[in-house]
Amino acid sequence: MESKSILLENEHDIVVARGEVRSLAAALGFGFVDQTRLATVTSELARNVVKYARRGRLIALPVESADGRTGLRLIFEDDGPGIPDIAAAMRDGFSTGGGLGKGLPGSKRLVAEFQIDSAPGRGTRVTVAHWI
Amino acid sequence: MNNFQRIPILKVGRVLLVPIQVDMDDQTVIHLQERILSELERTGARGVLIDVSLLEMVDSFIGRMLSDIAAMARVMDARTVVVGIQPAVAITLVELGLELNGVETVLNVDEGIKLLRGELDARDAEDAEDGWEWNRFGEQVDPA
Repeated sequence: MESKSILLENEHDIVVARGEVRSLAAALGFGFVDQTRLATVTSELARNVVKYARRGRLIALPVESADGRTGLRLIFEDDGPGIPDIAAAMRDGFSTGGGLGKGLPGSKRLVAEFQIDSAPGRGTRVTVAHWI
Repeated sequence: MNNFQRIPILKVGRVLLVPIQVDMDDQTVIHLQERILSELERTGARGVLIDVSLLEMVDSFIGRMLSDIAAMARVMDARTVVVGIQPAVAITLVELGLELNGVETVLNVDEGIKLLRGELDARDAEDAEDGWEWNRFGEQVDPA
């Protein structure tokens, strides 16, 4: 299955992104609960891109693990301001944007793999993966 | 920018029924919250029933909206019930760490109506003791 790249520039793109990820997850054979987890993670992380960096993109990559399991990898990247304190940003309830502070820590709990690379002035890349 | 999606708000007796049937963008969510509150004021409704049975995803933004509506409606003397949360949505909400504080949830619209009606009838009984009655239009009238 082909990978997908989705531009994230406004609120409508967030809706499009979570819809596309759900369809892709369904096509790969993910069950309904996992489709919902992936759509929800996409909504949280795509909103972060639009809210903090104004623009960026999502790359959705169907992948296969070393032991032959089908999975989906999602990469959210932007050239925004970056995150000065990643440890703080990963804490429940921490938010610099007036939100609930559930986006990053909550997303981490919803998927099997979660990685965040960011530094002030160098943008942010969040990579998640989930397996069937 | 006024291109938000229209979510209907129906008045049924003294309850506002809000069936959410589309995947809402953030502006629509914010706009819906404002509309529910202004409808509460305009109609004098005492309950809000939000049907989310067709929502396939509730993220922290929508979850926060539900909690906020319940809190704001409470300040306006109205009770909020959210009905029809799908099992997959319940799982992701808990994993996200959203407890939907202050939001009462029931399985379907029937149960929600029953709950709100029971609550409103109980209040009517209290009001009647205080000398108030309700007419068939759901308006409070002074029997004297």
